[in-house]
Amino acid sequence: METADKSLSRRNFIKITGLTGTAFTLGIGFSASGKDMTVVRAVTAETTNVEVNAWISIDTQGKVTIINHRSEMGQGSFQSVPQMIAEELEVSLDQINIVFAPGNGRRYGSQVTGGSSTIRGSYQKLLRLGASARHMLVDTAAKRWGVKASDCYAENGEVIHRASGKKLNYGELVTETAQLEPPKEVALKNPQDYKIIRKPLPRQDTPIKVNGKAIFGLDFKLPGMLYAVVERSPRFQGKVVKFDDAETRKVPGVKFVLKVNRDEFDNMREGVAVVATNTWAAIQGRKLLKVDWDDRAFPHHNSDELYAKMRELVKGDPISFRTMGNTAKTFAKAEKKIEATYETPYESHSCMEPLNCVANVTDEKIEVWGPIQGPDWIQQNISGHFKLPPEKVHVNMTFLGGGFGRKAFTDYPYEAVMISKEIKAPVQVVWTREDDMTIGPFRPGMVYQCKGVVTEGGRIGSFETKISGQNMDLQNPGADKSAYNSSDTEGFLEGYFNSIPHYSFGDSPLDSPVPVMWWRSVYASTNAFAFESFLDELAVMAEKDPLDFRRQHLGERYQLLIDKLEAVSNWKAHKKNEGLPADASAKVGYGVAITECFSSIVGEVVKVSKDAIGKVKIDKVWAVMDCGWYVNPDIIKAQIEGSIIMALGAATKHETTFKDGKAVERNFDSYKMPRIQDTPEIEVHIMDNEEKAGGVGEPALPPFTPALTNAIFDLTGKRIRKLPFSLDAIA
Amino acid sequence: MATITLKLNNKSHTIDADPKMPLLWAIRDLVGLTGTKYGCGIAQCGACTVHLEGKPVRSCSIPVSVAANKNVTTIEGLSSDNSDVVQRAWILEQVPQCGYCQSGQIMAASALLKSKPNPSDTDIDMAMQGHICRCGTYPRIRKAIKRAAQLMTQK
Ligand code: FES
Ligand code: FES
Repeated sequence: METADKSLSRRNFIKITGLTGTAFTLGIGFSASGKDMTVVRAVTAETTNVEVNAWISIDTQGKVTIINHRSEMGQGSFQSVPQMIAEELEVSLDQINIVFAPGNGRRYGSQVTGGSSTIRGSYQKLLRLGASARHMLVDTAAKRWGVKASDCYAENGEVIHRASGKKLNYGELVTETAQLEPPKEVALKNPQDYKIIRKPLPRQDTPIKVNGKAIFGLDFKLPGMLYAVVERSPRFQGKVVKFDDAETRKVPGVKFVLKVNRDEFDNMREGVAVVATNTWAAIQGRKLLKVDWDDRAFPHHNSDELYAKMRELVKGDPISFRTMGNTAKTFAKAEKKIEATYETPYESHSCMEPLNCVANVTDEKIEVWGPIQGPDWIQQNISGHFKLPPEKVHVNMTFLGGGFGRKAFTDYPYEAVMISKEIKAPVQVVWTREDDMTIGPFRPGMVYQCKGVVTEGGRIGSFETKISGQNMDLQNPGADKSAYNSSDTEGFLEGYFNSIPHYSFGDSPLDSPVPVMWWRSVYASTNAFAFESFLDELAVMAEKDPLDFRRQHLGERYQLLIDKLEAVSNWKAHKKNEGLPADASAKVGYGVAITECFSSIVGEVVKVSKDAIGKVKIDKVWAVMDCGWYVNPDIIKAQIEGSIIMALGAATKHETTFKDGKAVERNFDSYKMPRIQDTPEIEVHIMDNEEKAGGVGEPALPPFTPALTNAIFDLTGKRIRKLPFSLDAIA
Repeated sequence: MATITLKLNNKSHTIDADPKMPLLWAIRDLVGLTGTKYGCGIAQCGACTVHLEGKPVRSCSIPVSVAANKNVTTIEGLSSDNSDVVQRAWILEQVPQCGYCQSGQIMAASALLKSKPNPSDTDIDMAMQGHICRCGTYPRIRKAIKRAAQLMTQK
């Protein structure tokens, strides 16, 4: 997102961190041209045209403070950001104090935690900031001792003179260092010399997440705060005609009943809020509320109708996104060709922490606290709607009990602000699980039609995909409905575009009142099922091993990943039935899928087998992640495990369906989650290379499902083209 | 409304509550201890698990009146300095991601280890299958329970 003011002023840094001017403070940002990365001193920051968006500060005790500009929702930015700074600054992690950046008029560039971008968007900046500060501290010490800077080095928060062993703590150096100009160029460490980066260091937020002390949005309380639940239209765009709150008001603790709005993609959605002295009273009061809805203005779809429309739409001409050659002609003339349709369901985000938000509106300002992925979007939205300058809208992030894309949205804070403004008191809006699961937005359901050709030599001659589903970008009023969806190829390996002679990707968007939104790994989460299943079908037609079939189209970086995947999963031995009992090959199946999104490539192999009574079970998953430059391998491992289990749920357990214009699945009794006993063994490997940093929190999700269904094909000969499916139902 | 005495983590609290209010909301909103989480409200996810007289229960599905004058332990009562063996194991295995489900997971694991100090995989499945983790920390939960069992033998 672009905003006019991307810089973080020194004054605001001091305000957030509580640090005074005695510290040595260094900022980094881009010059007005946007081209050059520049490090600036605090004193000169306000007179240059550099838009500073990250600061570090060292006080006279040697304590380092930095601001974390991203949300912590489980993905580990709370850990990985300080780990990067500590490495180049040569301090230990416990010397670093990390402060969450509020989205309140102080800009950090885009703060929206999405697209797995926390590290890949900022690491070069943070490394350079740490290295510059270290360099300056070493200079100061060398000058004081009258020795050459090159004879000194920094370690553990101290500068050391190599020959004499003399030492000075950073804290003793900050006053003089603050007077120095930062170096124009600074050498970064060689990855071989890393001591903190690339180490599986324990997360700093773990201790408070095992004793109940971590404060999530739902745990945040203000003095005098009231609790609200909102009855929202069970059909997605219903309007309140009238409501009867006579019974509601009799519930002890209920204080207010009022009509409210919620800003969903610039469309106002209506609801009736019940505000009480505790959550339970508000929930009880709401049960007794009678609301008349006017919901005649839009179709009340069933899932069947939505999918029937999408199946129709993929037959027509799509809005073309990326094409090469002539797929239609190639397909028409080809001998070895196939066609297949794949379908993926609507899904709910169902973060473990349901949506909620605290707002306090006073005469001077609006303040918001909650589990928030996009503080700057929320600030902008609220500032616009409530006609208050952005610096008077303070958006504060608590820990997030999951986000997965849903908590980047601005609707739930808007609603809380509106209620607080009306009742003139701080309020927490609590979404019940049923609200969270039925109101949306949802991951859009999709239909994919694929057509492919295999050449004489067993290569891909042509690859065509037509997609239908709701385009998330088309929900705002006035959106250009003729625009292509630039995410049509998300998940497909970039390397294929260099080697497939004819390809075409396009979409025919479905129009529907169902609100839709990013869901972990976004379009790749569904695209990959179609692309990678279809590649498997093409490989079968080409009579080639699925890994070899892919390998012949791809360059070195991909080949290295395939080699690794082949080795760790013992793929070849399986294919040749080596070391397996005579009848075993009939009872095990292996499948593979390799996808690319958010600048990372992930390959996964799934092994399935039949148990004694012929039921299919998942024995093991091997994942190989190439995310280029990376920080903490244990966090990556955790993210891969989590992504695979989340994918397992969407593939085999849950979906959101619609009946008569309403979401059917309302809670975990019908929206079934994978549980501990459903979880296979997961083995993770990370590629070591010097490529640019890619995303980590999402890219391991897309390949799991096609790797699983390809394995099931290998085992049973049955091709699964529609999700979700039940493992129990496979014979 | 009724005056109810709650014995939470060995401390008495007198609250004025609708006797039908679930224990969960009494703990969170009336007493103000927020370590116990709301996840579903219908006994499906386990996020709200506390110990009632030492036994794991879903606080979202127990009226506060049932818990009156009985010993209730929440995550805050396990230990506030992370000295409890389950908390230690959870840190060693780096279980939490977002962390939201973990109070409930830890309370369930702690109850399991009390009744079965050396649980098998099946025991773990049985005791933990009522607990959802949307972040997918299940492999680490299993490891951490085994780690805690080990730590207990070293005491
Ligand atoms: S909140 Fe009690 S089981 Fe889910
Ligand atoms: S750690 Fe996030 S739900 Fe379990």
